[in-house]
Amino acid sequence: MSSAAHIPELRTGPLSGLLLSLPLGGKIMLGLLALAALLVPLLNLAVPADSFFHVPAYMVALLGKYLCYALLALSVDLVWGFCGILSLGHGAFFGLGGYAMGMYLMRQIGPRGVYGDPLLPDFMVFLNWQELPWFWYGFDMFPFAMVMVLLAPGLLAFLFGWLAFRSRVTGVYLSIITQAMTYALMLAFFRNDMGFGGNNGLTDFKDLLGFDLQSDATRSGLFVASAVSLALGYLICAAIVRSKFGRVLEAIRDAESRVRFLGYRVEYYKLFVFTLSAMMAGVAGALYVPQVGIINPAEFAPANSIEIVIWVAVGGRGTLYGAALGAILVNYAKTYFTGALPEIWLFMLGALFVSVTLFMPKGIVGVLRQAGRNGILGALYGRGRLGEEHGT
Amino acid sequence: MPRCLAYLTVLLVAGLLAAAPLRAADLRPLIDNLANGGFKGTAKAVDELAATGDPDAVPVLSALLEGALYQRKSDKQVFRAEKAGRELKLFDAVTGTPVETVAKRAARKVKVNNRLRKQIRGALGTLTLLSPDPDQRRSGADAVFKTPAPENAVLLRAAIAKETDEVVRRRMQRALAAVTLRHDSDSTARIAAVETLGSFTDQDVRGVLSAVLLTDRDGNPLEADAELRAAASAALAGVESRLEFWSAAESVFHGLSLSSVLLLAAIGLAITFGVMGVINMAHGEMVMLGAYTTFVIQEIIRASHPALFDYSLFIAIPAAFLVAGTVGVGIERGVIRFLYGRPLETLLATWGLSLILQQTVRSIFGPTNKEVGTPSWMSGALEFDSGLVLTYNRLAIIFFALAVLAVLMLLLRYTAFGLRMRAVTQNRGMASAMGIRTGQIDALTFGLGSGIAGMAGVALSQIDNVSPNLGQAYIVDSFMVVVFGGVGNLWGTFFGGMSLGLVNKFLEPYAGAVLGKILVLVAIILFIQRRPRGLFALKGRAVEN
Repeated sequence: MSSAAHIPELRTGPLSGLLLSLPLGGKIMLGLLALAALLVPLLNLAVPADSFFHVPAYMVALLGKYLCYALLALSVDLVWGFCGILSLGHGAFFGLGGYAMGMYLMRQIGPRGVYGDPLLPDFMVFLNWQELPWFWYGFDMFPFAMVMVLLAPGLLAFLFGWLAFRSRVTGVYLSIITQAMTYALMLAFFRNDMGFGGNNGLTDFKDLLGFDLQSDATRSGLFVASAVSLALGYLICAAIVRSKFGRVLEAIRDAESRVRFLGYRVEYYKLFVFTLSAMMAGVAGALYVPQVGIINPAEFAPANSIEIVIWVAVGGRGTLYGAALGAILVNYAKTYFTGALPEIWLFMLGALFVSVTLFMPKGIVGVLRQAGRNGILGALYGRGRLGEEHGT
Repeated sequence: MPRCLAYLTVLLVAGLLAAAPLRAADLRPLIDNLANGGFKGTAKAVDELAATGDPDAVPVLSALLEGALYQRKSDKQVFRAEKAGRELKLFDAVTGTPVETVAKRAARKVKVNNRLRKQIRGALGTLTLLSPDPDQRRSGADAVFKTPAPENAVLLRAAIAKETDEVVRRRMQRALAAVTLRHDSDSTARIAAVETLGSFTDQDVRGVLSAVLLTDRDGNPLEADAELRAAASAALAGVESRLEFWSAAESVFHGLSLSSVLLLAAIGLAITFGVMGVINMAHGEMVMLGAYTTFVIQEIIRASHPALFDYSLFIAIPAAFLVAGTVGVGIERGVIRFLYGRPLETLLATWGLSLILQQTVRSIFGPTNKEVGTPSWMSGALEFDSGLVLTYNRLAIIFFALAVLAVLMLLLRYTAFGLRMRAVTQNRGMASAMGIRTGQIDALTFGLGSGIAGMAGVALSQIDNVSPNLGQAYIVDSFMVVVFGGVGNLWGTFFGGMSLGLVNKFLEPYAGAVLGKILVLVAIILFIQRRPRGLFALKGRAVEN
């Protein structure tokens, strides 16, 4: 790839430089993540169950799930917020990563399945298959499965992006064919003879690397892994968008043709960032599956992928930490409302789509920044309504 | 003279009245024999009844077939009976007039076995061959074809000689050929029968012909006559190739009907996308609204003017256009116009609207499927001798889609609104400079596109389940049509819809429905590499962004 020359060169080089250069929101996010990674396992494992401060096991899994969604939102923000690629198919990459992890977990079940077959997962025994399909080989090894978590979505994104960006498919056309991609995958994974469990997907997992998935310690471990992955994902994204490479990405977002006329190979930039983002989504999916305990083709539904985009929009497109914030807030609201007022939730979600695009194009982070300029900062510097002079 | 006529009439009526019981009385001993002598005796009596050729025997044999014939123990007479709790209501087996109600023990059921059932069906076929009703004669001929008995040959020949209806005669000839093939000993007659059978095109004939070619376990043919086998295999080849042709024709028909549904759903999307560069994710919900409008209109008609039900669709089409169109204009004025130049945001906002519309409909009408009736003129099918079945509702949808396309093309070509719309599509800035109110055109275009989607909903309500998710099922497909065909050109949409529908249906037999669809999606993703703006892209020098 000829764009290798433009791949991130951090301005200050070492990690500390990057950390210092992060926006305030990013620093807060990393701080909160570190705090959560320490406190949640502690309060879950060390505090007795009847204590007020005890964090119940389901809550650990739920919070872990939110963090996976946040990582997924981060990956969408990287391509949409900074490169203008509105992918309506990121659920596909998330799902592929999840399936790679699910296949490893299925192989780990071994002879403990309902049918007790030492090699074949239950659904294959049920379908009367005699031997393991070739693409299931190797998934009994954790490192191989982890490579596939990155490789499967990455390869799909690379192929898809190579075809799409090279022939300059942009804008809504790109959005629609990404949607078609995830739709096609959904239909494919629903088929029993694909060898991925069909309608029911993969479930009934027992353990991961020898740790029992039902135990509190494992759940806490997965939560910490999710928090660390999210923090790492954020740092990688922040490093990219702060580099010269990131500047070119933003230029592509704002005026693609001009960047091309200036002599940049736009398609390679897009391809790199799209593939990287797909891999991040894959990691999010891989962390998601053991915490939720199931992966099925519904993850590929086009509606899911569109929902990811709205998390980003709610939090604030092009801010990275805003995307993570949006994912957590919207999903918290979803958990709350689908439990308390199930009829209301779709109205709320729909209204969220409309009102965010109409009234909050920069999302919550944009509103906060605006308030900061007008209010707190204004009060601090005694300059009144600063934001309006500068515009936003 | 009038008096003469009166006498004559009285005589005639009296004669008719007398004739019926007379004939019934003739059958009487035969009917009573049905219950004597076990299965063998019943079989003999059935044959004797069939030999009378009397249509009055038909209800008796049908009742026997259903196991509804009982023998009264007191006088050994046979009646048709209906169970009523612990009692039996007896009816005259021929005329069906009620006789009396007896205790269950007082009567004995006339038993039939499978062999007898087969015989009775054949006998019924023979009897109905001479019925005055052509439909009855046809089903009689078909019954004989399915259970060819040697004694039917004579009767069939007589029936064929008398037959006036061409279709029924063909069926009788088919039945006669089957009887000859099975029971005749004359080789030439059998070969002629095989040739007659070879002139038909249906699965049953194929079965009869391939039965001739059956072999035993060692691979030796069961049929000794080599010449006959040769004739049969030649005839079979002909039948099979014609069957294949007709099944291809049926695929084309199903493909066309799917195409027209896609076309209807995609036209509206194509014009809004073409004019405004906006992808309306709520488009599927406009289709859904149209379908629900049909449901509501039908409910109102059922409640107030049931006689108008056959015309309900003609009321529903404009109503659905208005409902969906109004909602469309509302969406454009309320949301989309604030998002100009931001197509991706429009996509998200309209997706949100689609969620709201779905949930609204779900709250009002409930999540279950709604029953939308089909007017009588649309139910049924055009059936051909060859087994090709063209259902009227799908035919109607094909014509409706073509009519909508034609009207829309005329509208775009010959009206002031159409002219302005095309101007805005080609160059918004220039059109605005020439004094076209682009905002108004946008609103109207969006209303038009949504209204057409509403009409598509009326059509869809006839072939698909009306549920809040109706729109979602078609939205990805209609996007594909638009992306494939290109925007701003209705011919593109037309060819896009037609080719996607046909390709889908033709892939189905080879790859299965789901895999076929996946292949089509992948093909489109690859196709868009070659033609990023679709098959019929607008030519221009505009640079993106």
